[in-house]
Amino acid sequence: MKGGGLRAYAICYLLFLYAPIVLLPIFAFNSGTIIAFPLKGFTTQWFLQMFENASMRRALGNSLTIAVCSSIFATCLGVFAARASTRFEFPAKGPIMGLIMLPLVLPEIIVSISLLVVLLSLGVQLNILTVILGHTLICMPYATVILTTAFNSLDRSLEEAAYDLGETKWSAFRLVILPLVMPGIISSLLMSFTISLDEFIIAFFLAGNEPTLPTYIYSQLRFPKQIPMIMALGTVLVLMSIILLTIAEYFRRRGIAKTGAKDTGGFL
Amino acid sequence: MASGNRSQSAQGLTLIAPPLGYALLVMAAPLLTILAYSFLKDGYLTVIREFTLDNYRAVWTDPIVRTVMLRSLGVAALVTLVTVVLAFPVAYFLSFVVSPSKKSMWLFLITIPFWTSYLIRVFLWKVILGYNGVVNSGLKTLGIIEQPLSFLLYNINSMVITLAHAYAPFAILPIFIALEKIDRSLLEAGRDLGESRAMTFWRVTLPLAMPGVVAASLIVFIPTIGDYVTPALIGGGKIPMIANLIQSQMLDLDNRPLGSALAVTAMLIVAVFSLIFVAMNRRFLKVRQ
Repeated sequence: MKGGGLRAYAICYLLFLYAPIVLLPIFAFNSGTIIAFPLKGFTTQWFLQMFENASMRRALGNSLTIAVCSSIFATCLGVFAARASTRFEFPAKGPIMGLIMLPLVLPEIIVSISLLVVLLSLGVQLNILTVILGHTLICMPYATVILTTAFNSLDRSLEEAAYDLGETKWSAFRLVILPLVMPGIISSLLMSFTISLDEFIIAFFLAGNEPTLPTYIYSQLRFPKQIPMIMALGTVLVLMSIILLTIAEYFRRRGIAKTGAKDTGGFL
Repeated sequence: MASGNRSQSAQGLTLIAPPLGYALLVMAAPLLTILAYSFLKDGYLTVIREFTLDNYRAVWTDPIVRTVMLRSLGVAALVTLVTVVLAFPVAYFLSFVVSPSKKSMWLFLITIPFWTSYLIRVFLWKVILGYNGVVNSGLKTLGIIEQPLSFLLYNINSMVITLAHAYAPFAILPIFIALEKIDRSLLEAGRDLGESRAMTFWRVTLPLAMPGVVAASLIVFIPTIGDYVTPALIGGGKIPMIANLIQSQMLDLDNRPLGSALAVTAMLIVAVFSLIFVAMNRRFLKVRQ
């Protein structure tokens, strides 16, 4: 087979990428209280313990609220950015788009600390709203990238046909463009949701006393007794991410198929 | 068409205003505040509005800051090197060997671990490498070692492994995109002109893939240098990187001007290194234009 060595290498590489994640379910169902081999026996007590834990449920509630709000806000902002950049020419387009994409490469510690300092000096109470503020910012570039692909594959003549048939700008957008980019929008929503759900640094600095799932996990890592439960929680989180991403990928591909463009693959 | 262009720009600017406004308000304004703070004096628990360069003087002469900064740069450089070198063959495989219909599936498989919780992945490495962790207990069960290996956790190596694992997909994608753009007929031309496979790779494929390699390096280097979680968990808090230092100045010690000066300095150093790196590879980046 062509490239046999490379294929073997790529498969080893994938194993390396997945190795830590595979350990999660193994130890989440292991009845031993320490995370080590040999395995003891099968149990679901860590999952039960997790669902009975009140602060875990509070963290889950917070995380879901934050993720839903951030993904909606980021996707709305992303629609504006993607539509503007694919359809119009305007002054300073490069720098403006660069600024919008900047959170992608800026270290999160810088984003969160600077935002924290400003919020504190303004006397703003830290709560889940401030986390939403930060998460919307870091999700915005991802939403913009996904939506730009969706808007890019639009055929301009469809829009013009709508105008010729007497539609206004807004109704043409609603009736023609929006349905065509809908898979992109759904994909962007799911992606932003996943990013927000997993994000730690911003939540750590901006949440005040409100726990989110990642900050709750971080606070529990000091207690060896809690580790098996954290493995169970991690299993659930990772599973949720994978399901959401698979759905997002499905919609992304459907969007590409819908507009008849060629699939270039991948999220970025 | 002058009026058409004007209305085009007006419409474009109106549309871009909300995301731009958001980025300015939530990102640019706080960054400028940090910049301003870095030139102000620290009073106890307050900031005195008086211009000074003392913060920068303190940051640039402090041996601890220097050690931590050099460590951050060293770790980030090592992680970048490891990640990019390990990722290149995978990107090459994806671009040149995998059949087009299977490419999306491979890319999807590679990106999934990247989207799963970063914190959990870092924590898992701690579990794997720990004193009573998976590696040690596994090796002991198999009878290969009698005493746990102590060199696995709480050192630079374990930080590099963790970070290289965390940023792996980041490196593959840009290289893959650059390789995809290469005109395959150039490679055939190389072969037809009597170059060996290896020489064609060295003289045609690699230079053309360099923009992707440069992008991958920067995309790994910049977030790695500002990483907070890995030094805290894998380094055991005893080998801090620059992010941990900024955090402790800003919050634990509540010296915002000094913390700000530290953050600005870190960003400057990252920017300078990135620019030098891009300048070094200018020759390759020009090829495409």
